[in-house]
Amino acid sequence: MTQVSADAIRAETITITGHGGDEIEAYRAVPLAPGSRGGVVWIHHMPGYDRETKEFIRRLAVAGYNAICPNLYSREAPGADPDDAAATVRAAGGVHDDRLVGDVAGAAQYLGGLDGANGKTGVIGHCSGGRQAFLAACSLQLDAAVDCYGAFVVEDAPEGMPASMKPILGLAPDLSCPLLGLFGIEDRYPSPEAVAKLDSELTRLGKSHEFHSYDGAGHSFFSVDRPAYRVEAALDGWRRIDDFFAKHLEG
Amino acid sequence: MCTYLTEKIDVDGSGKGAKGWFGASQATVYVDHPVHAPYGHTVNIDVLNPALGPSARVALELTEETALALAEAIHRAIASAPAGLASKDQIV
Repeated sequence: MTQVSADAIRAETITITGHGGDEIEAYRAVPLAPGSRGGVVWIHHMPGYDRETKEFIRRLAVAGYNAICPNLYSREAPGADPDDAAATVRAAGGVHDDRLVGDVAGAAQYLGGLDGANGKTGVIGHCSGGRQAFLAACSLQLDAAVDCYGAFVVEDAPEGMPASMKPILGLAPDLSCPLLGLFGIEDRYPSPEAVAKLDSELTRLGKSHEFHSYDGAGHSFFSVDRPAYRVEAALDGWRRIDDFFAKHLEG
Repeated sequence: MCTYLTEKIDVDGSGKGAKGWFGASQATVYVDHPVHAPYGHTVNIDVLNPALGPSARVALELTEETALALAEAIHRAIASAPAGLASKDQIV
């Protein structure tokens, strides 16, 4: 009998139960080798449930985690191209916070039911997903959270933004798990000042957190398909993500 | 930044998307991350028909300079044609 290699994974689109009992699409990747495994919910960025996001999910599975990304635009645009789905949801006012939390909760519950699940769940997101990772970690009982340059956690959104984008710093006392924050010094949203304010508030509250801000990097420095990609920041950021999840989700 | 700030108008005409021509009913204009253009932010213009689904969309991602040049070109083209030639009240 051929033994399954440690890096063998299965990756596919599935249906899970999200907020309000809705059936939503999700992309999951799981290791094939048996073992005790933590789970990670990936919150996609505003441009949607795209190919590069799915590559992140597979990367986490190769690293040994059961990983899943709910399609936050599944209701409005089932089966659509990610960019068309994102445009549709934008025109409709975006994803409201309560629905996001419900979808992440559904994804976490799905992970908890997989064979070998060790009961530990992390959440990670980039861009709008960074804010939403913090939101989820303040709304659900989780074991690790990673906020990659999420804006509008601290700062007021510009006038005219939907109410769904209100600051959520006030939720910080409810942060349920350690938080890793990865930011670009040259980013304007979130600005270094906003990052410093979040850092200070979490310190004041005694919340476990670890922030790193990279010189020469702005928003989206993890995005390999965009000119904002910064190889040094992304490589160091991935190293820190790997270490952080290993510390809090393995076992 | 993910702005979510979107200008939305009703439109009357047609657009050609990935699945061919469709009757357009709405257009949105917003400044945000592009999907394809090699910039961090662009002026994004979508011509849509939500009733036909998300793929009924013509999408543009332009720098602000070229988006403004496009707007001015639209004004010039209309001004150079006989008044009302392309109006919804035109005689056909």
